Amino acid sequence: MYAANYHRPSTVEEAAQILAGAPEGKYVAGGMTMIPTMKQRLAAPSDIIDLRHIESMKGITVDGRKVRIGAATTHAEVASSAAIKAVCPALCHLAGLIGDPHVRHMGTIGGSIANNDPAADYPAGMLGLGTTIIGNGFQIAADDFFTGLFETALMDGQIITAIEFEAPETAGYEKFPNPASRYAMTGVFVSKGANGVRVAVTGAGSSGVFRHGGMETALAANWSPAALDAVSVDASDLLSDLHGSAEYRANLVKVMAKRAVAAAR
Amino acid sequence: MAKVILTVNGRTMSGECEERTLLVHFIRENLGLTGTHVGCDTSQCGTCVVHMDGKSVKSCSILAVQASGSSITTIEGISANGELHPVQAAFKENHGLQCGFCTPGMVMTAVDMISRHGANLDEKTVRAELEGNICRCTGYHNIVKAILAASAEMSAARQAAE
Repeated sequence: MYAANYHRPSTVEEAAQILAGAPEGKYVAGGMTMIPTMKQRLAAPSDIIDLRHIESMKGITVDGRKVRIGAATTHAEVASSAAIKAVCPALCHLAGLIGDPHVRHMGTIGGSIANNDPAADYPAGMLGLGTTIIGNGFQIAADDFFTGLFETALMDGQIITAIEFEAPETAGYEKFPNPASRYAMTGVFVSKGANGVRVAVTGAGSSGVFRHGGMETALAANWSPAALDAVSVDASDLLSDLHGSAEYRANLVKVMAKRAVAAAR
Repeated sequence: MAKVILTVNGRTMSGECEERTLLVHFIRENLGLTGTHVGCDTSQCGTCVVHMDGKSVKSCSILAVQASGSSITTIEGISANGELHPVQAAFKENHGLQCGFCTPGMVMTAVDMISRHGANLDEKTVRAELEGNICRCTGYHNIVKAILAASAEMSAARQAAE
């Protein structure tokens, strides 16, 4: 790992100020991608600005069906939250599938979304639930947030502080984990609620997470796994690598979507 | 250089290190507690698992400066009065180790797992929860057996105490 300066701000404003003075600096949340990446010397920030000690970014509130999750909330906290489980168990299920217990104790929802790994689970959950991503001076709909591989609509210095969504009537998430890394080879989040049906796919798209319009139309007409039989998944925009071809992933998208609908509650 | 202050196994300890020093190296080299191991360079093997503020974490994926101010428990801190912790005893009894390199991480993972799941642990849960720990000797079977035995023993002891 290359040398770096460490900062521990206690407010969002202070964090943004430190980054403004360190153009090669980077925010770190749980660090479960960032630190391993620095160890491999694939990243070499001059300054590391630790967001784990900012109180205003912590905590979960559920008011009726309105859910707000602070960006510094860990995967383990989301997975075990009784309040979220009562209105949207699919999100708890998703959080419990990320990495391993030790990673879930450190990794945060804000960090995962900001990193936008094309095989991460949370981007599918955010897009599949139609969440709003909130930060210092911005509110962005999930539909506009994930812009490409490891790319988001975040601008320099911006920090995600929370995500919000209205819990849908029903939702489900299923993934086919890569046998070695447990990242999603393909993961599909489905939901049905006041804003219609949403189907979000992670791990498969060559530009990262995406919604599948054909599946959404089919499920809006008939919310059942069988409704997806007639839908075709185009392999031309899907990832192809040593773990699986684009055609293989196209099939997985459909299988995972059917399982997610079957498991939805 | 940065100053790092930790409560390690109940004692306040401090030291100076580079800001890029990983927690595992601080524990091993600055504090001399070499029970916590480094088994890979890719954050996958789990031999470095310690508890930070009561939760299992990979000390190879956290900087010592990030951990400063927290309370750390290492494998050296779980036995008391010269007696093995019930999880350590169960690993011994069930032959849950061969070369022993992964064992500190396995034991710390098991202690965390049992504290979260209590008596509800079953084989499927144990195997899923061992996702972040790699053992190249045992094939995991006796590790799973040891964790289930320790879980049963600890919940029986808790009931007897009540």
